[in-house]
Amino acid sequence: MFEDTTQPSTLPLGVGVALSLVSAAALTYEILLTRLFAIIQWHHFAYMMISVALLGYGAAGTMVTLLRPQLESRFVPAFAAAATAFGATAMVCFLLAQALPFNALEFLWDLWQPLWLLAIYLLLFVPFFFAAVCVCLAFTRYAAQARRVYTFDLVGAAVGSLGVILAMFALRPTTVLACVTALSAIAAVLFWLTIGGRPRGAALLPLALAIAALVAAQTPIGQLRISQYKSLSKALEVMGARVLAERSSPLGQLAVVESKAVPFRYAPGLSLNALQSPPDQLGLFTDGEGFSALNRHDGNRETLVYLDYLTSALPYHLTSEPRVLILGAGAGMDVLQALYHGAAAVDAVELNPQVVDLVEREFAEFSGRPYSRPGVRLHVGEARGFAAASQARYDVIQLGLLDAFGASAAGLYALNESYLYTVEALQRYLVRLFPDGYLAITRWVDLPPRDALKLFATAVVALEKGGVRDPGARLAMIRNWNTATLIAKNGELTPRDVARLREFCRSRGFDLVWHPAMRAADADVFNRLQQPYFHEGAVALLGGQRADFIERYKFNIAPATDDRPYFFQFFRWKALPELLKLRNRGGMPLLDWGYPLLIATLVQALVLGAALILMPLARSRNLGSCAGAGVRLRTVAYFAALGGGFIFVEMAFIQKLILFLSHPLYAVAVVLFAFLLFAGLGSLLSRKLAKAAAPAIMMLLLPVAAIVLLCVSYLVWLPDFVDALIALPDAAKIAIAMLIILPLGLSMGMPFPLGLEALSAREPALVPWAWGINACAAVAGAVIASVLAIHAGFSAVLIAAVVLYASTLLSFPATAMKPK
Amino acid sequence: MWRTRLPIFRFLLLRIARGGLFAVLFFASIAGGEDNYAAARRAMVREIEGMASSTPLETGSRTLDRQVLQVMGKVQRHLFVPAAQQRHAYENRPLPIGHGQTISQPYIVALMTDLLRPEAGHVVLEIGTGSGYQAAVLAELTREVYTMEIIEPLGIQAKKRLVQLGYRNVEVEVADGYYGWPSQAPFDGIMVTAAASHIPVPLVQQLKPGGRMVIPVGTSFLTQQLMLIEKSPDGSVTSRQMLPVRFVPLTGRH
Repeated sequence: MFEDTTQPSTLPLGVGVALSLVSAAALTYEILLTRLFAIIQWHHFAYMMISVALLGYGAAGTMVTLLRPQLESRFVPAFAAAATAFGATAMVCFLLAQALPFNALEFLWDLWQPLWLLAIYLLLFVPFFFAAVCVCLAFTRYAAQARRVYTFDLVGAAVGSLGVILAMFALRPTTVLACVTALSAIAAVLFWLTIGGRPRGAALLPLALAIAALVAAQTPIGQLRISQYKSLSKALEVMGARVLAERSSPLGQLAVVESKAVPFRYAPGLSLNALQSPPDQLGLFTDGEGFSALNRHDGNRETLVYLDYLTSALPYHLTSEPRVLILGAGAGMDVLQALYHGAAAVDAVELNPQVVDLVEREFAEFSGRPYSRPGVRLHVGEARGFAAASQARYDVIQLGLLDAFGASAAGLYALNESYLYTVEALQRYLVRLFPDGYLAITRWVDLPPRDALKLFATAVVALEKGGVRDPGARLAMIRNWNTATLIAKNGELTPRDVARLREFCRSRGFDLVWHPAMRAADADVFNRLQQPYFHEGAVALLGGQRADFIERYKFNIAPATDDRPYFFQFFRWKALPELLKLRNRGGMPLLDWGYPLLIATLVQALVLGAALILMPLARSRNLGSCAGAGVRLRTVAYFAALGGGFIFVEMAFIQKLILFLSHPLYAVAVVLFAFLLFAGLGSLLSRKLAKAAAPAIMMLLLPVAAIVLLCVSYLVWLPDFVDALIALPDAAKIAIAMLIILPLGLSMGMPFPLGLEALSAREPALVPWAWGINACAAVAGAVIASVLAIHAGFSAVLIAAVVLYASTLLSFPATAMKPK
Repeated sequence: MWRTRLPIFRFLLLRIARGGLFAVLFFASIAGGEDNYAAARRAMVREIEGMASSTPLETGSRTLDRQVLQVMGKVQRHLFVPAAQQRHAYENRPLPIGHGQTISQPYIVALMTDLLRPEAGHVVLEIGTGSGYQAAVLAELTREVYTMEIIEPLGIQAKKRLVQLGYRNVEVEVADGYYGWPSQAPFDGIMVTAAASHIPVPLVQQLKPGGRMVIPVGTSFLTQQLMLIEKSPDGSVTSRQMLPVRFVPLTGRH
């Protein structure tokens, strides 16, 4: 048998680095899985699967606690085997999971679907379990040096959080998956060689595994199997359809599809009076959904006539030679629409540089390079950030349809934060308008109305906050069966504007929802509904009974704000019983899935997490004789509060900085990297403090007081600070964001190792258990933070974090224990 | 919160119970010697009928046409779904038929068919053949059905299936449905079950004055709303959208 010859008290550098590699691989895997499932399935189920799988961390803590005596004497083979097993199962389990016939869309119809979901949970649980065994073993073995271990752990995770985003730009997603295997295999080898494991040749096994994974990723075995119900899969089933080009980045997997036999003809809600069909188009899919059309254009204006027969063309009939800003330009359809209508200048903002590259370079001949046409300026960046930083003014600001109809309607985006449709966002856009300029936003029509009325409510509030007394005088909304377009004018709509608007609608068969001179009889003339829901809603939202109307509406149409940026969250509990009753009569689509699934995820995570934490308690023999109920309770409270607090702060800061950094990726990467790195350094720094030989509780007081003060002060001044500096260049903003996080991160890295070292000195049997509690709490905390943000906003998440950190002063485990 | 979650559990229990009921009906019908699914089919029709009586169709409150219900009780839905799905064929749910396509839930099929107001002398066009089930239902109610499919294997399979089942008044073509079927136009009714970002203008042109076009709007497995396009005798076109369910978005004030 392998015997461990090292001194248990000293952590060799090689072991520390191996631990870092495992942590890096584990975090890479976690982020990558979210991406992989977003590509092959839909994002809300991905969230669910990964949250539950992460409970593998808790299970590992439990197992190490229960088997501590056995594992302690076999630390070397156990760590090496766990690292190797993590690598092997990371890839294999994902490939198996994607081969299962799970279909989220059949979830409520098919009894098998919950079982397939369970199977996916179990599969993904395995790799996280092994990764966690590695980390937990290291903490248990070197508990007296918890600070160093924690530093290696967090710095590894920090590198992983940055590395995965860079890797996703350069490599295909399944190749990144193989890299996870390779990283943990390298960790196993490094560990084995550092610690002098015998036989040395055993190190060849993980190496062979790494090579096999990298090779498999390039073969059909390693391909992603996209659900046959995603738009891309369906488009490719049509005769003669084929993929012309693919691109991949953390912003999405792009596919350009040509469909010769059955052309795409994408023109959402095209008027029945349109004289022409759309020209040749290529389909651009993002993550297998999110269709947008790339039009063939040779400069001949006549081929674009159809763009004048969409509801989004309305603002061009109220202006002449406008200077236009297109937010979310995508494949360029809105730009062509502006040019068709004689725009004097067009600023187009698109987030994804790969989309631009496809349109402007790879398919330049087809597209006619819309972003290079005279008068058009392209800005690669995030739309909201551009609107905030730019000083330019416009006659028309267009916010087009950025998401797919189906996904939006099924509530798949319910949990996606969106800063494009908040009250503050609309205020920003309005400020960028010339006098008499128009903000135009187009959304999908669903029944009963959700999107459109929420947008209308948001516009009303945004105008009111901007000091407009009578928002109804500046607003108009039109619709057809498929799309609705809202316009908000910087000034009151004149009788001449209204006359033009009415003529635009009359000639195209579009219906009026609201304009300042509207009579009820003018609603629903062309496309009739059981009741004129849209017009009635608009009237109610403009009147004194707005709050009452929003309250009585069965969907959540209260305006989204930056603090609660969930425009797509329409679900309300009070409608659930009625909707479930109607499910067999086709009432299912009225149920927005995202939120109920989030709650289901929370319940699962809490139940399973509690089971994993409580199980070792049942076998109290392993927890040491001194560890009474009081100590155990303190241990749970302390480490759960730290796990939850850490993730709460991280999530709140991603939200707070997303607008500042003007890019979702920058925000996630910078915040994760900075917090993990600085917390790792903070852990090291706390050793210096320890030498001052203050009582342990005093050493805790310092970082906790700092965290509380910093969080509260950020809560107060961060929004204004961010606003003031938003126009700085990206590099400067990233540096500032890092500086803001620095003191907080350093402080947040201290309480965990302090607690762990205190425990190890007095009650070593509780160490792996405490680690598992911390990990479980972080998983459940991520879900709780989302729920809290939906209901009370991200500021509340940060306040909750403050409370959690403050509570650790009461539950610090060392104060209640006597030294052994 | 607990009170509101209860219906979920009740729903699950009901579903399990109903699965059992179908098994019983299935074996009972084997014993009876009719086609194996006749009893299940009758149960399905009763279920649809029960639901329809509480749903206002269009703006009035008429119930489903008797003839439509009769045909739903006659067409063997289980022969239009993959073998693995046959045991679910008479449950009121959508089913996968391969190639990312689905067959709508029977209740929605009944509603759509009813909305089209088919008559014995009618010639109808269907865009999106799928398995051919809707075409078979229409074939029982009208003189001729022309149906088009853009997924080749589905179209070929449906054609074979409809021939085997003896539907002589159905023509299946694997082709782009956007331009309709000009050689057989105009049509008394058009059913567009294929997803489209807009209503193809050529199809509206191929609709007879007084004719009706029905378009379900939604995603795979879920029909969100039904759209009815009517061409009046003078040629003017109006559209109507309706939910398949009775659902008022405001609480109170009914």
